Amino acid sequence: MTKIYIPRDMAALAMGAKRVLAAVQKEIAARGLDVEIVRNGSRGMLWLEPLVEVETPAGRVGYGPVKPSDVASLFEAGFLAGGAHPLSIGKVEAHPYFARQRRVTFQRCGVIDPVSFAEYTAHGGYKGLDRAFSIGPEATVAEIAASGLRGRGGAGFPTGIKWKTVADCPAGKKYVVVNADEGDSGTFADRMIMEGDPLSLIEGMTICAFAIGADKGYIYLRAEYPIAAEIIEEALIAARAAGALGKNVRGYNLSFDIELRMGAGAYVCGEETSLLESLEGKRGIVRAKPPLPAHVGLFGKPTVVNNVLSMATAPMILADGGAAYHALGMERSRGTIPLQIAGNVKYAGLCEVPFGLKLGEIVNDIGGGTLSGRPVRAVQVGGPLGAYVPVSLFDTPFDYEAYTKVDSLIGHGGLVVFDDTVDMSWMARFGMEFCAIESCGKCTPCRIGSTRGVETIDKIRAGENVAANIELLKDLCQTMKLGSLCALGGFAPYPVESALRHFPEDFHKPALEAAAE
Amino acid sequence: MSVAAPWDAERAREIIAAHLGLEGPALPILHALQHEFGHVPEAAVPQLAEALNISRAEMHGVVTFYHDFKREPQGRHVLKICRAESCQSMGAEKMARDFLARLKLDWGETTPDGALTVEAIYCLGLCSHSPSAMYDKEPIGRVDGVRLDELAEEAKSA
Repeated sequence: MTKIYIPRDMAALAMGAKRVLAAVQKEIAARGLDVEIVRNGSRGMLWLEPLVEVETPAGRVGYGPVKPSDVASLFEAGFLAGGAHPLSIGKVEAHPYFARQRRVTFQRCGVIDPVSFAEYTAHGGYKGLDRAFSIGPEATVAEIAASGLRGRGGAGFPTGIKWKTVADCPAGKKYVVVNADEGDSGTFADRMIMEGDPLSLIEGMTICAFAIGADKGYIYLRAEYPIAAEIIEEALIAARAAGALGKNVRGYNLSFDIELRMGAGAYVCGEETSLLESLEGKRGIVRAKPPLPAHVGLFGKPTVVNNVLSMATAPMILADGGAAYHALGMERSRGTIPLQIAGNVKYAGLCEVPFGLKLGEIVNDIGGGTLSGRPVRAVQVGGPLGAYVPVSLFDTPFDYEAYTKVDSLIGHGGLVVFDDTVDMSWMARFGMEFCAIESCGKCTPCRIGSTRGVETIDKIRAGENVAANIELLKDLCQTMKLGSLCALGGFAPYPVESALRHFPEDFHKPALEAAAE
Repeated sequence: MSVAAPWDAERAREIIAAHLGLEGPALPILHALQHEFGHVPEAAVPQLAEALNISRAEMHGVVTFYHDFKREPQGRHVLKICRAESCQSMGAEKMARDFLARLKLDWGETTPDGALTVEAIYCLGLCSHSPSAMYDKEPIGRVDGVRLDELAEEAKSA
């Protein structure tokens, strides 16, 4: 039977995938065809969404972006056999955007039916867990350590060390917690995995549970991702039905189950201790560290808190060995990073590559420059707490340490491109405003500093005592960086300071011009 | 969008009781209450505090910490417009400001006829199709002023 793939990824839905699905179903019925429709995740070529794929003897052929009004003509062009059509991109995996990638974490995303256990295992799923079972918990932790995997949430802490710390805690109640509170603007990799290959996350959590001796896992998902929530629930049901969750996982002496919990619109709950407080049913207030969550985590028990991508990469590391993952990347940034290229950019999407690509290559070669066609002026790397990087630093390789060297961070791998119409003093103000809105309020530098930051930037923008206020703002940024409890207050100065450093002209508008605005 | 049920203390008690077996049940309960009543009514706070064996003040603190838990009934439809950086790079800030001005609303406010609440949201993960929005549960990419106006009209009639 012919198979058609129409994504249920949220970005595809936002571009009309549901209406395209309805139009395809209508044509199939009208033509009396025998066709199976699979709702897959996204391949990551998001500018082509909705990307409709057809399975042909030569491989999967793609058409996109498809509008409902294109559907009839696709059938007429014989697209079920891969026929030519203006929307055809040919064989999906031969597309240049796809071909240059090294898909590890996203190897199945967009390929399979995300909630089909049979397809997941047919594409290598559960090889990782089965190998973990055969080598034992200690060797499992050692494989993760050998891979060099670092937390993909942004902090870049070595995952193997985190797992070992919890594994070394005395036996007893322990937890596996996945941080799926992907709140950074410009990032959507976690969402795509959860919508496109949620079983990899479930398998990763199960490997972790086995390695550290936990019997319960939580996925803390942001409320802004309702589609991901639906798909994860379906995947959990599929995993339980297949005996991959619950008592005696895959026939082995391991009991483990996972519960999905929804956040409620608080950005700060992406900070791991705040997330744990929230899971416990409290205000999402940051905890002082130490103690680390690895020692005193959820309900006071030893807990691994990992980002979605870190956890979803564990199955591959176990299946192929830590060394295979370590062979990719550069310096201390090993493996691959799923780049998320977004904002004012022509070819927006997710591109998984080994670490080390230069920023200019990412923005211009892969992203194709701005969508508006105007020159690129700045790229915010690493979310709302990341720095604005100017074109002059486009040679910087994508690597944790290289970004630290230029006072930036790679965060969760998101890049937001801005053209030359951007007003950097406004973006700096927005950075402080966002911090003020989302601050949990526990520490003063973040709670008060962000509000004072907004006020000070307003004065600068109004042309009031500009030089003195810029000095004050820089001083405030230092205080927030050094004095805040967590990364929200501690990193909020990055966009502000980088805007000041690289785009000073935007803060020195003549007073008259500023007053006229 | 499903119509919110009027406040019913007995129903609230059932909802709370149904979740008490969970570890840390406060957020799941608040979500369930909001799903049923369209917001978290003040009367639910003492009930919840008692069920969870914490003070009313603590419970109030939890409810008010999270942006998503509403203390007042919302419009029949809710339109969330993204204000985060990626959407700003595509002109979302001006688009939203102009739209709010046309409706004579500020962020978080509801039209006088109760049809539509307009909220700011900080990232829907649709950054590849900025500017983005969410109308009730429907995600929308590459939204513009025209589409926003259409949605405001649509909200009136349903």
